[in-house]
Amino acid sequence: MIDPELATQTIRLALNRGATDAECTLAEGEEFSALVRMRSLEKLKDAGSRAAGLRVLVGQRVGSSYTSDLSPEGIREMVDSAIELAAISTEDPHAGLPDPSELGALPGNLQLYSDDISAIDTDYRVEQAKLTEEAAFAADPRITNSEGASFDAHSGERLFANSRGFLGSYRTSSCSLSTTPVARQGEFMERDYWYSSARSHSRIESPSAIGRRAAERTVRRLGARKVPTQKVSIIFDQQTARTLLGNIFDAVEGDAIYRQASFLAGKLGERIASENVTIIDDGTLPGLFGSSPFDDEGVPSRRTVVIDRGVLKSYLLNTYTARKLGMKTTGNAARGITGNTGVGHGNLYLEKGDRSPDELIRGIHKGLYVTELIGSGINIVTGDYSRGAAGQWIENGEFAYPVSEITIASTLQRMFMDLVSVGSDLEFRGSVASPTLLIQEMTVSGQ
Amino acid sequence: MALSDSFFGQKFGITEHDLEAYLSEALAAGGDYADLYFEYLATSNLSIDESIVKSAVQGVSLGVGVRVIAGERTGYAYSGDLSPDKIRHAARVAACIARGPAQVEKTGFDESHKRNLYHLLTSPHETSLAERVDLVKRADRAARAYDTRVFHAQATYIDSLRQVLVATSDGVLSFDRQPLARLGVSVLARDGDGQSQRGYAGGGGRVALDFFLNEKTPEHFAQEAARQAIVQLDAVPAPAGEMTVVLGPGWPGILLHEAVGHGLEADFNRKKVSAFSDRIGQLVASPLVTVIDDGTIRNRRGSLNVDDEGVPTERNMLIENGVLRGYLFDKLSSRLLRSGTTGNGRRESYQHIPMPRMTNTFMLAGDSDPADIVRSVPRGLYCASFGGGQVDITSGNFVFSASESYLIEDGKITRPVRGATLTGNGPEALKYVSMVGNDLKLDEGVGICGKEGQSVPVGVGIPTIKLDRMTVGGTAG
Repeated sequence: MIDPELATQTIRLALNRGATDAECTLAEGEEFSALVRMRSLEKLKDAGSRAAGLRVLVGQRVGSSYTSDLSPEGIREMVDSAIELAAISTEDPHAGLPDPSELGALPGNLQLYSDDISAIDTDYRVEQAKLTEEAAFAADPRITNSEGASFDAHSGERLFANSRGFLGSYRTSSCSLSTTPVARQGEFMERDYWYSSARSHSRIESPSAIGRRAAERTVRRLGARKVPTQKVSIIFDQQTARTLLGNIFDAVEGDAIYRQASFLAGKLGERIASENVTIIDDGTLPGLFGSSPFDDEGVPSRRTVVIDRGVLKSYLLNTYTARKLGMKTTGNAARGITGNTGVGHGNLYLEKGDRSPDELIRGIHKGLYVTELIGSGINIVTGDYSRGAAGQWIENGEFAYPVSEITIASTLQRMFMDLVSVGSDLEFRGSVASPTLLIQEMTVSGQ
Repeated sequence: MALSDSFFGQKFGITEHDLEAYLSEALAAGGDYADLYFEYLATSNLSIDESIVKSAVQGVSLGVGVRVIAGERTGYAYSGDLSPDKIRHAARVAACIARGPAQVEKTGFDESHKRNLYHLLTSPHETSLAERVDLVKRADRAARAYDTRVFHAQATYIDSLRQVLVATSDGVLSFDRQPLARLGVSVLARDGDGQSQRGYAGGGGRVALDFFLNEKTPEHFAQEAARQAIVQLDAVPAPAGEMTVVLGPGWPGILLHEAVGHGLEADFNRKKVSAFSDRIGQLVASPLVTVIDDGTIRNRRGSLNVDDEGVPTERNMLIENGVLRGYLFDKLSSRLLRSGTTGNGRRESYQHIPMPRMTNTFMLAGDSDPADIVRSVPRGLYCASFGGGQVDITSGNFVFSASESYLIEDGKITRPVRGATLTGNGPEALKYVSMVGNDLKLDEGVGICGKEGQSVPVGVGIPTIKLDRMTVGGTAG
């Protein structure tokens, strides 16, 4: 367990050395990972670590430091280092801690920690991974190889304190079960994966369900072709649709906005998406990965409507970016253990529509159902979008054949305006979630 | 160097006797091999934004990782505390992977081959903060002075000094002191009608601070970033479909990293999940193509005296005149595939298990004049600079994103085009290389390679090359 006294002492020491304000983060964590491959245990990792971070203000100058050495000497060196750095930085009129009235933590139990994970032993964890891989092998004879199946678990505690009297801490846990089968057809191979993860072991899907789904996702890629270059409708499955929400996050987070490095800067109140699009960031939902009682500068997490039926309603901000923009923080400060805060999201999701993914597919005369996106071809400044893709070609409302080695391109502006249908299949597998999405038209580049 | 004179001997009083005791604890339940990786990493990160030095961070992270290998199995544990009881505990946890009688205690270590590819009397991390913060201030001034259309500049300087000690149960003891520094500049420019564009440039390596004062100055990177942003203001939509692509020299070598490099890492080939598995001796590229991974180039970002398993790095032939020659090995895969080592066992930190990784990956120069290469293309795309890339090693499909590219029309480089992703298939793409320039250039030193959640610094390089066919993912018909 983390000792709160260490944080308050560190802050006191910093104030004694000349800091006018200070923030201290203490974090400790344990990780476990068991990888089974080709039915036998291949890797086992089990360890823990701790670290401390400090950010000081000396007037309007800022310095930050961190250490994994929590001895009195290590802490002293960390404090001296932060003070020394503040001296070489420049006065920043907007730097500072949140207003005391903004500080606080959500009441009640957010269910971020569950002790049912630590209660299961290594042998059981290895067995779960074995069953998952075995289920993938059993699902289809074309699954002939595997990159393995793994059971991973994490637990940790995070404590944050500042010189304005805030002190809070919370524990988190998570575990996940996943597998990556490899299928072969002639000389060609394909791989895909599936997983389940949750803050409690009781909410993990069964090994057989995960293995079967991973196998289906893998074999359906066999025999993939390239298609001719053309403009068609595109359906993003849940997994790839999530990445579009990640792109929207990058375009509405305060740092990109105040630097005018986003195509959404200055667009507050404007229609930027079709009216099917409502995007919400909510850090208060119990048991989910994006929830926390307070953000990384001690401001309570909250629910923010980012886009309401196509209209941009709010940016996501920390104290610094809010001050730069003359606004209020939205409780979205994020950082590792030290440094100025950046902006993070809570549970970021797109509200579900009322049509099942199958209905969306059946409504397409010719198009692409995207199941994988690779590469980083997204420009948040301009909105230009171009990524490698793989998926299923749709003809007359049905999957015709798998495709790969193609790209899909448009601009994020046009894609969200052209978002004509939203699926009913919203599921939280991580801190970003989206139902299946249908975009009217994008350029597919192939042959 | 004797252990007692080394960083860990001096600072933490670690002795050979301690190392032997930890290794025998690690092999107490059997196992074929064990190793210890001690790491002490000190970092600095200074950045300027809107002409204000807003962020200055320093810190220290230290710990030890203990690994036990038994057949194909690996057990791993680490401790952020170097007290003997914590290290012994980690050794016992790692030992759980093996089930058998204790291994005979090994005694004595031989220091692995010693050389110094980055012999810096003073690493950048040990210079004054004032000197280092001046680099970002200079970059900021130069970027803003470049053109009135520049409206925002950001510069970040990062350095680190990593002290490493590796001790293995097969008697290898190695020390290394690994400096690393990088300066990056990001610029936003806007034209009259409000359209914005970004440019980025950066570089560094395992270099002294002098590198940024004499060779690649803050002004060099700032002007390059600003130039890219300004060029992009006039960019037209990128074309879509298959066409001839010419890659300029240097950073576009990321093509090799994605198209072949990852697929040749021996862990994937041991498992036979790579598109290159079982293809040694086969033609996988045009005969004009020779690709090398070389961890021994002086002062380069991807270079290491010894890899993170204590094995000296080497210059390894991957593809010779189009024929696949070899893979990149860590110790585990070289043992299981009964092959020699190549010095490619790397890890992000003491908290991570080593695996085969690239160092500096590049294509050897050919004999074409770069100007002749462009002249030979009636219609195509010329790519001068790239963002990131990614590969699916099983299917071999890869992508990489052009950040500065131009149309080639009638043998001339004409209009700039907006960013586009290029895609291809690893074992096929390099068969379409029809010309290789005489202008091999290594990148400026910014590469970070991610694999299975671990990031390591790498380098790439390539001469100007012509690919007769590649899919370009733009939006223009």
